[in-house]
Amino acid sequence: MIHSLFLINSSGDIFLEKHWKSVVSRSVCDYFFEAQERATEAENVPPVIPTPHHYLLSVYRHKIFFVAVIQTEVPPLFVIEFLHRVVDTFQDYFGVCSEPVIKDNVVVVYEVLEEMLDNGFPLATESNILKELIKPPTILRTVVNTITGSTNVGDQLPTGQLSVVPWRRTGVKYTNNEAYFDVIEEIDAIIDKSGSTITAEIQGVIDACVKLTGMPDLTLSFMNPRLLDDVSFHPCVRFKRWESERILSFIPPDGNFRLLSYHVSAQNLVAIPVYVKHNISFRDSSSLGRFEITVGPKQTMGKTIEGVIVTSQMPKGVLNMSLTPSQGTHTFDPVTKMLSWDVGKINPQKLPSLKGTMSLQAGASKPDENPTINLQFKIQQLAISGLKVNRLDMYGEKYKPFKGIKYMTKAGKFQVRT
Amino acid sequence: MSAAPAYGEDKGGSAGPGEPEYGHDPASGGIFSSDYKRHDDLKEMLDTNKDSLKLEAMKRIVAMIARGKNASDLFPAVVKNVACKNIEVKKLVYVYLVRYAEEQQDLALLSISTFQRGLKDPNQLIRASALRVLSSIRVPIIVPIMMLAIKEAASDMSPYVRKTAAHAIPKLYSLDSDQKDQLIEVIEKLLADKTTLVAGSVVMAFEEVCPERIDLIHKNYRKLCNLLIDVEEWGQVVIISMLTRYARTQFLSPTQNESLLEENPEKAFYGSEEDEAKGPGSEEAANTALPARKPYVMDPDHRLLLRNTKPLLQSRSAAVVMAVAQLYFHLAPKAEVGVIAKALVRLLRSHSEVQYVVLQNVATMSIKRRGMFEPYLKSFYIRSTDPTQIKILKLEVLTNLANETNIPTVLREFQTYIRSMDKDFVAATIQAIGRCATNIGRVRDTCLNGLVQLLSNRDELVVAESVVVLKKLLQVRPAQHGDVIKRLAKLTDSIQVPMARASILWLIGEYCEHVPKIAPDVLRKMAKSFTAEEDIVKLQVINLAAKLYLTNSKQTKLLTQYVLSLAKYDQNYDIRDRARFTRQLIVPSEQGGALSRHAKKLFLAPKPAPVLESSFKDRDHFQLGSLSHLLNAKATGYQELPDWPEEAPDPSVRNVEVPEWTKCSNREKRKEKEKPFYSDSEGESGPTESADSDPESESASDSKSSSESGSGESSSESDSEDQEEEKGRSSESEQSEEEGGKRKMKKRKKVTEGQGDGSSSDEGSDSSSSSSESEKTSETEEEQVEPASWRKKTPPSGKSAPVAKEISLLDLEDFTPPSVQPVSPPTIVSTSLATDLEGLTLTDSPLVPSLLSPGSGAGRQELLHRVAGEGLAVDYTFSRQPFSGDPHMVSVHIHFSNSSDTPIKGLHVGTPKLPAGISIQEFPEIESLAPGESTTAVMGINFCDSTQAATFQLCTQTRQFYVSIQPPVGELMAPVFMSENEFKKEQDLQAGR
Repeated sequence: MIHSLFLINSSGDIFLEKHWKSVVSRSVCDYFFEAQERATEAENVPPVIPTPHHYLLSVYRHKIFFVAVIQTEVPPLFVIEFLHRVVDTFQDYFGVCSEPVIKDNVVVVYEVLEEMLDNGFPLATESNILKELIKPPTILRTVVNTITGSTNVGDQLPTGQLSVVPWRRTGVKYTNNEAYFDVIEEIDAIIDKSGSTITAEIQGVIDACVKLTGMPDLTLSFMNPRLLDDVSFHPCVRFKRWESERILSFIPPDGNFRLLSYHVSAQNLVAIPVYVKHNISFRDSSSLGRFEITVGPKQTMGKTIEGVIVTSQMPKGVLNMSLTPSQGTHTFDPVTKMLSWDVGKINPQKLPSLKGTMSLQAGASKPDENPTINLQFKIQQLAISGLKVNRLDMYGEKYKPFKGIKYMTKAGKFQVRT
Repeated sequence: MSAAPAYGEDKGGSAGPGEPEYGHDPASGGIFSSDYKRHDDLKEMLDTNKDSLKLEAMKRIVAMIARGKNASDLFPAVVKNVACKNIEVKKLVYVYLVRYAEEQQDLALLSISTFQRGLKDPNQLIRASALRVLSSIRVPIIVPIMMLAIKEAASDMSPYVRKTAAHAIPKLYSLDSDQKDQLIEVIEKLLADKTTLVAGSVVMAFEEVCPERIDLIHKNYRKLCNLLIDVEEWGQVVIISMLTRYARTQFLSPTQNESLLEENPEKAFYGSEEDEAKGPGSEEAANTALPARKPYVMDPDHRLLLRNTKPLLQSRSAAVVMAVAQLYFHLAPKAEVGVIAKALVRLLRSHSEVQYVVLQNVATMSIKRRGMFEPYLKSFYIRSTDPTQIKILKLEVLTNLANETNIPTVLREFQTYIRSMDKDFVAATIQAIGRCATNIGRVRDTCLNGLVQLLSNRDELVVAESVVVLKKLLQVRPAQHGDVIKRLAKLTDSIQVPMARASILWLIGEYCEHVPKIAPDVLRKMAKSFTAEEDIVKLQVINLAAKLYLTNSKQTKLLTQYVLSLAKYDQNYDIRDRARFTRQLIVPSEQGGALSRHAKKLFLAPKPAPVLESSFKDRDHFQLGSLSHLLNAKATGYQELPDWPEEAPDPSVRNVEVPEWTKCSNREKRKEKEKPFYSDSEGESGPTESADSDPESESASDSKSSSESGSGESSSESDSEDQEEEKGRSSESEQSEEEGGKRKMKKRKKVTEGQGDGSSSDEGSDSSSSSSESEKTSETEEEQVEPASWRKKTPPSGKSAPVAKEISLLDLEDFTPPSVQPVSPPTIVSTSLATDLEGLTLTDSPLVPSLLSPGSGAGRQELLHRVAGEGLAVDYTFSRQPFSGDPHMVSVHIHFSNSSDTPIKGLHVGTPKLPAGISIQEFPEIESLAPGESTTAVMGINFCDSTQAATFQLCTQTRQFYVSIQPPVGELMAPVFMSENEFKKEQDLQAGR
């Protein structure tokens, strides 16, 4: 299956390599560099590159290429999924996954990778088990370790791997027992020039942070489970009960995990909480263009829209922009031609706007396309689909946990064509 | 630096010669030298007995390995620590060992004894980890030790150790492939393991070591299906992919009903016949639409697989979802494949690499099953932030999904895309528009106009791409588009992209008749700029010149000669060649070249329009979701997805429980008798077809002949009676295991049941038929029967066969315990099966499914409910015995019971109102039936071989009730015994019609 893994940074240095079978020379990465050159942009590097003797499968995250080398037929998604799992694990372990962090923790990284695959076949990929095997470094532990000479490697053997609930470690103990669930919905939308919606969908997830002692068995029920059209579960969720009762019943992993992701059925009309008024025009003969956008709230169910960020990739012909925002700050990068306007909160009484002129390359003809506007925003305490958690119950343990549910709506891939 | 060469050699050994030495690491030289010095202190640190120092040293060594530096010279120092007490040191030593053991084989052997000790440790996790490291050391000398360790671990108490053993199998195999046979034994053993922990790993080992040994899967198939949901994600992917292949070899195509329509009927018949034989009680009744043919019935195991994988579409792992999706795509009936679309569309929200792979597969699927993704059209709309490779794949899918109804929206989207800043994407969009235009006739003109408008685009790439696409489109209907060609001709002044220029020139040349005035002028211009053109343009100029010379030599003769002369001295030999060739061809030479007379035909032959096809067409011969599919080339180790078999292999191989010995032998027998069985039962469909086409006459003769010879036969069969009975029973118990799980669905769909019964009776029948007839005859008979039997005849063995089974099956279904023979009603003296045989039934479901409610043959059916009958309840059964009075009559037992509190008097049959041909032999009048009493009477009905109901009056002294009996087809038939020759004779008679 997976032969080797190379980590390559954006400047093309291989800064980590791991082999699970016999060693594959790093020169195999030359094929990757070739492809990278051809693709010009990092995200356009094909995820699968055939070479004469190997196949290179890569993912690009956090400005690092994770390149897996395989030799024989294997479902590509199997490898890609695994690589993403590796990145997620690193993130889980170190908080961030970046080149310096990996270099600093190279031994832990190596140990983790060693446990994740055996002969190229995934062995332990649940972060709960891994953390039992190899403890993630914390400042305290690092200090203690240097003084006492004790180790990061768990001295207990991982029993979780043997249990019927392999995702949960055993012997969990907390003084404060708490379970938090975040219902986060994202709106993906394409709005056309005139402001009408071309496509809009709501994708949601329920992220959980469960810190409960022992082996709790939780059930979570919804007021309106019919809203959920397509769902995918963490392996801990009992599928049968969902099928029959529309109840999420599960023994949770310890710590943070994604319980559920869902898609709200397409029949429900999606409420679009913001609108963008725009007037971007280039004139054929002049080297100046007009630029004006206003953002306003639409269907917000009475909540305020926060964290609004407007970004737009301007055409190549734009040399610079002189703009004045009514609120917030804006930047324009003349190299990448990326305009970014951090709006902040939208005050319905005084709509934020950004006005000004664009200076175009002299003599260049007017660009064919007006730039697309990408929008980010957040609305606290609202699940835009109307999904509501009914109740959360715990069985199997005696104590009373503290429970909390939070709702949030965010913009996903929200684009306005102009 | 003296150490440098040595270091280089080491490196070469480890990583292959010719590797650029740390070319990427500018500091390597400096670091390396200090590293090398540092190795001495590392050695010292490793030699101390302070764990903290050792740990520090090991950490530094591992960091070196991670950075790809060579640390092999430390091997002796490191390997000493393999038995270190500190667990982290130990782990790091393992890491080191696994990395370098291959290079230092002799020294590596020093560590083996530690692992061997570890294998005996009472702690399962230590046993497992010892085996893991031991098997990861790629040292050929220890192969026997590894083999032994694996074998032992495979029967370890702990499933975790067994899992590790499964992991070790491919390791050993890659080290020494001679061990294959022994390893297969271990795999076989581990496949039988019932824990989810092991399942994924052992299937993985199976796939790497012996994917061709599909026979090892049979016994574990159902178990794997059932465990699947609880296996961890990675194992699920491997198992699903393996089961996809397995199912392709073991089951019949669920879509064959459709495909059969085109195939020759004989083959079709065999295929469906067998299906039925093996598919008792499946849900697939929906497919029974074709009446003339036995319906396809899905094997319950096939159904099991589909049912158990479906929930996995909800998995969080994209790999699992994709695996299930490809399984459904390759194995599910058309109607059910749709469920995967939603899950696949969900994956499009994931990381771009996942999107890339999923879109590739969706593109392939959308060509075959367009309808599946049509509701999700909008999910494939392109965002300006998508990476180009994703955009292009989405475009591909959108194009595949475009049809008459949604084309306006799709084209509107395309219009937005054309204005994109991403020029590669714009070019792809133009091609997509071209494809839409060729595929959907309605929008061809719209697209053409749009493309023509694009010709005035400022971006040259866009224009060029449009020209290329236009060229292809114009070839379809050039006559109407003279003006477009004119417009293109004008572009030769401005457009510079060689491909586009070449395309325009070709178009003008090809359709010079439509633009007779412009063409020579274009040639003139091109002749002027000839030397400055690119090669492909030059070639097209020559072409244009030649074509114009042939059609319009008056105006262009000189120009052509000029062009050809220029070309003659071109730098490119291709062009020189072409010029020479063209000149010889078109200019009549002195010899009067034979070819020049045909020059016009050569140059201006009508050319077929190019087909704009998706590059994903026919990619589905690769298993979807595989690497090979993605690359559209066979990857190393790719297992071909086999075609569906035409005849399903014996399904009983998947039966697991072996409760009694007799059954065992029975199964054995069944296997060897498989062929005769199939051919025998083929006869069964005879009645169906004949009844369908001409029920009256055909089956009349049929049943007549059978009933005649039927009486003579019973004696010959009675010897084997006992044996048969046992067989019937055992096969029935087998049936029950097989069907235990399927009960639920059976109950749900009564209609299906009929078929299920009929078919399972076939299944059981082979055992009885094989025993009731001498093997030789059946064997030989089979060969002759086969070709014609499907036409209509009912061969004797086919008839005698189903009885025992039929009974048992019905038992199973309903109320009576299996061992009781339900046929014989209490009043009739019929203890032997042989006599029952005469009243044989052949249920043939598609004809009269409604009558095949449980107990159609054996159980009682209601004639008159006691409420309607004012206390008189009447049931009837078909006794399956010849009616004594008239051989053409079917004997029907009527059971009367009086639940009222007054006696019922004078029970008799009143004047029957019978359809033509049907006659009734009434039962003798029953004087009186006391309250609470019941009695039975026998009456004969000649149904005249039709399934029409016989309606008659049931009279008491006071009342008259109208009742009717409608016979199932099976009740109308009787077994016949005939010799082979007789049979052939009959057969010939039948074939004549």
